[in-house]
Amino acid sequence: MSAPVFKNPIVRWVDYRLPIFSFMHHEMHEYPAPRNLNYWWNFGSLSGIVLMAMIVTGIVLAMHYTPHADMAFASVERIMRDVNYGWLIRYIHMNGGSMFFLLVYIHIFRGLYYGSYKAPRELLWILGVVILLLMMATAFMGYVLPWGQMSFWGATVITNLFSAIPWVGESVVAWLWGGFAVDNPTLNRFYSLHYLLPFAILGVVFLHMWALHRFGSNNPLGIDTKGPQDTIPFHPYYTYKDLYGLGVFLIVFAIFVFFAPNFFGEPDNYIQADPLVTPTHIVPEWYLLPYYAILRAITFDIWFLEAKLIGVIAMFASILLLMFLPWLDRSPVRSAKFRPIYKWVFWVFVIDCVILGVVGANAPGDLVFPNPEAVPDPETGDLPGFKYLLLGQIATAYYFLHLLAVIPLLGLLERPLPVPHSISRPVAAGAGVRRMEKA
Amino acid sequence: MAETMKPAPDGHGDSGTRRDFLDLATVAIGGMGVISLAWPFIDQMNPSADTLALKTIEVDIAAIEVGQSVTVVWQGKPVFIRRRTAEEIATAGSVAIDDLRDPQADIDRAQKSEWLILVGVCTHLGCIPLGQKPTDEKGAFGGWYCPCHGSHYDTSGRIRRGPAPENLRVPPYIYLTDTLVLIGESKAPA
Ligand code: HEM
Ligand code: FES
Repeated sequence: MSAPVFKNPIVRWVDYRLPIFSFMHHEMHEYPAPRNLNYWWNFGSLSGIVLMAMIVTGIVLAMHYTPHADMAFASVERIMRDVNYGWLIRYIHMNGGSMFFLLVYIHIFRGLYYGSYKAPRELLWILGVVILLLMMATAFMGYVLPWGQMSFWGATVITNLFSAIPWVGESVVAWLWGGFAVDNPTLNRFYSLHYLLPFAILGVVFLHMWALHRFGSNNPLGIDTKGPQDTIPFHPYYTYKDLYGLGVFLIVFAIFVFFAPNFFGEPDNYIQADPLVTPTHIVPEWYLLPYYAILRAITFDIWFLEAKLIGVIAMFASILLLMFLPWLDRSPVRSAKFRPIYKWVFWVFVIDCVILGVVGANAPGDLVFPNPEAVPDPETGDLPGFKYLLLGQIATAYYFLHLLAVIPLLGLLERPLPVPHSISRPVAAGAGVRRMEKA
Repeated sequence: MAETMKPAPDGHGDSGTRRDFLDLATVAIGGMGVISLAWPFIDQMNPSADTLALKTIEVDIAAIEVGQSVTVVWQGKPVFIRRRTAEEIATAGSVAIDDLRDPQADIDRAQKSEWLILVGVCTHLGCIPLGQKPTDEKGAFGGWYCPCHGSHYDTSGRIRRGPAPENLRVPPYIYLTDTLVLIGESKAPA
């Protein structure tokens, strides 16, 4: 590809010494994108934009926030009441966190449906899972900063997970806390890391983009581009499509920020942290609920392993396993469009994840279908019937079954539909693919 | 570069040249240096001296009536002090130890059977169990009940049902006098 000639002499001068403009031109104008990308391909760029919004609002919040156990809560209230537009900036940051996860989860399920994790994009996928892990750590520590009741008790429950590690667990937890309980040292280090990690995410996003641009985007048909007839330049086609998507997304985002800013929040977090009173119902933020459900699903010891340790392992495994997906799925066909069984199994998995989320939001002992006639056991207070605990155990079992058995077996047993020869051919010829798309 | 890396032609062969030895020694010493420098950066996160200095508290228990509980704060955590009724002591002592998840006799958990002193932190994931106030739910075994994930503790603070793996911890303590307890140290200070 020839280097572009820039009209502006300053640009030309700089580009000769630091070819940053050539680089941008190459990545934006010449970067060939498949011509058939649909709107599910908008969510990557949207996530990137929200990451930038989180960093900008976060840096502004940091100018007013005080990371001290005695002052953090009041400083956030001051941001809300006294700092000019503090309420707006905090609500953007607070809801931005939820939006970020929403977008990234859609982005991930998009990848699952269209087989974007398959060769040669395995590393691209793994970097994505790393971003998800970093996001979870960042959001968890950010949620501690306002030092409300949920902040404090969420931090207590999650850091205590590490006490499940045999022998060294207690020391690890004291090391994480910097004390004997979640306290000021914990808040300070979480603040430092909450500031740092988004920039680490930015770094991994850069690698993610680098890996993406090596082979270009996957596409709804899941077949490789065969030549210029299959592609269109990223700019202006997809820059504009992304911009349109951004407009739609910002409307949704703004509805939450302006009309339901505490929709995703917990009222308990507007009560200052009290180390001596546990709220009756501790729940993490919605985007962590499925993992919380997996954690709590394990209530039985296996061999010499304690239930608590297995729960923690299962929770981490549920994410780490995703990294191995490119090798668990042996099917040569990427897109679910041409995989008649996987297409359905995919939706079962989506529903399973949603069920896990619902389970995570409810108390394990409560009934899934509330029954006012149920008589609690006089000795134990247990309600007879179908409880969230059991639902969570079933959903957890399916989660692992899906990744470890259903996906590998489908790769062997499923007979894929014929895959079109190229992106442009069926589009031009009309009939072939369109019929399959409807199927 | 490639030429200079070839083994010297003086009969030392591929392995075990002086240069290999120097390389290894340098890497070993350098590695040790890096590790010893890493330690301060790891250890700085451990509880600091001023945090450790708050290791003990003295509690006057004279005013606590039979059947009453109080909560004191020790190392940022609640400590439950319960003056047990004769009935509670009896039930705690009559449990078959082998049936317990974390087997421990009641006499090993209370220096004076009337006074039960416990760290009020659920051994599951660290919530504060209910049961200190007379109006609190005390669970199926009349001791404490953790609402977070449903752990039941008995009148000796032992785990009887629910996800918690261990009994409520007994902190180190010593009676300085009949009514004064030092929590955080099992030997009287000199
Ligand atoms: C990956 C990007 C980020 C995510 C997912 C994230 C997430 C969060 C969350 C969930 C909260 C709690 C909001 C609440 O309930 O009040 C929070 C608070 C906070 N964050 Fe972030 N954050 C990100 C980036 C940043 C950055 C880059 C900074 C600073 C440079 C920052 C500074 C703060 C501050 C000062 C607070 C406390 C004020 C408050 O609670 O509103 N954040 N963050
Ligand atoms: S923290 Fe007490 S039962 Fe989980």
